[in-house]
Amino acid sequence: MLHRIPAGVKLTGLAAGITVLLLLDDLRGLAAATFVVFGLYAVAGVPPRLALAQIRPLLWFCVVLLAVQLLLTGWQRAVAVVLTLVLGVALAGLVTLTTRVTAMLDVVETLLGPLRRVGVRPDRVGLVLALTIRGVPVIAGIAGTVRDAHRARGATVRPWVLLVPVLVRVLRHADALGEALTARGADDDPPGNV
Amino acid sequence: MIRVENVSHRLGERLALDGISVSLAEQRVGVIGANGSGKSTFARLLNGLIVPDDGTVTVDGLSTSREAREVRRKVGFVFTDPDAQIVMPTVGEDVAFGLRGSGLPKPEIARRVTEVLGRFGLGGFHDRPAHLLSGGEKQLLALCSVLITEPAVLVCDEPTTLLDLRNARLIGHLLGSLPQRLVLVTHDLAVLADFDRVLVFDGGRLVADDRPAGAVAYYRALMG
Ligand SMILES: Nc1ncnc2c1ncn2[C@@H]1O[C@H](COP(=O)(O)OP(=O)(O)OP(=O)(O)O)[C@@H](O)[C@H]1O
Ligand SMILES: [Mg+2]
Repeated sequence: MLHRIPAGVKLTGLAAGITVLLLLDDLRGLAAATFVVFGLYAVAGVPPRLALAQIRPLLWFCVVLLAVQLLLTGWQRAVAVVLTLVLGVALAGLVTLTTRVTAMLDVVETLLGPLRRVGVRPDRVGLVLALTIRGVPVIAGIAGTVRDAHRARGATVRPWVLLVPVLVRVLRHADALGEALTARGADDDPPGNV
Repeated sequence: MIRVENVSHRLGERLALDGISVSLAEQRVGVIGANGSGKSTFARLLNGLIVPDDGTVTVDGLSTSREAREVRRKVGFVFTDPDAQIVMPTVGEDVAFGLRGSGLPKPEIARRVTEVLGRFGLGGFHDRPAHLLSGGEKQLLALCSVLITEPAVLVCDEPTTLLDLRNARLIGHLLGSLPQRLVLVTHDLAVLADFDRVLVFDGGRLVADDRPAGAVAYYRALMG
């Protein structure tokens, strides 16, 4: 049902939601916000596993952030900072889960439309966003393949060992993708812009 | 008509193409040769992905160096690795990508997307995340995404190399029955049997240019 709300409305809502999160700094307010976010996920009918997948990438970052904040401030502040981050990402995740990328691009391109006069190419910005979203599973897939290759050769897998081969393959992928984009005409100026 | 005249091209230290002249007007042209013989470089010339150091390439009278945009609109290109060709997160959106900014109304774009997906057996895949498709399905998607813009010529650089036998046959068969003029770089000699013409490259030179049977025989002899 969240799927049917226009992308522009959802993105505005997201911006508003994140602003509210940043303004809330007592734990009671954040607890309420947590309920709201849970509620939104439930209304959208997102399966728990998929919902968890939105914030899982943050896990280690949150652990570090929590530790640093605990040292520098108190536990309350630490929990509040981490919770704000997690909820913000969860909200953004919800919007991406329920919105077609094309619809988001249309909004971004409309918003950036006025900047055309100062030389910004809204379609380019939109394309970069789409490629970023598309890039996540690609890079995850590359990392998986490289890890498996190491395992298959009996190596103990330590994350830093994977860094270089993953990076090399990601760069090679980026190169190939760039060429494919050129072949598909993405490099060319749109007819209206020449 | 694709016209390649006196083309030489260097990649790094290497002379990847050395004095190539050839005119292609046939419906289906195959390109074969050893690894590193210059096939991919030749294919990339045909839609202006590479502009040659020396010589000229024209497609239906359009120069790939001066009229690159028009040439790319006329010549579609399918690469070996389907993952590197998919730019949008879902199947339907990726196919529609080529028509973004075409000025066509949205319902018309949607209609064309549905039509082309159906034609290539991806009818039920419209809303699937592209990264969850199998290799064969991804390559079909790449093909749909290129064909939606209705190019007059299709250049494919080993489009079936990463696929299993069944998917390779399926795509090989689909490519052979397209209305587009086709230039196919391949190591799969069997699919070339009913092609109109086959070029053999070796060390950056065009060493044979013949009907499939003759060209394949030449290539086999060359490889010892
Ligand atoms: N970026 C580059 N820099 C330097 N040399 C290159 C580069 N790309 C390709 N080459 C070299 O140019 C030559 C021709 O390459 P090309 O990719 O056209 O061969 P190919 O016939 O497609 O081979 P394959 O069957 O392996 O795909 C090869 O010797 C290759 O090593
Ligand atoms: Mg090649």
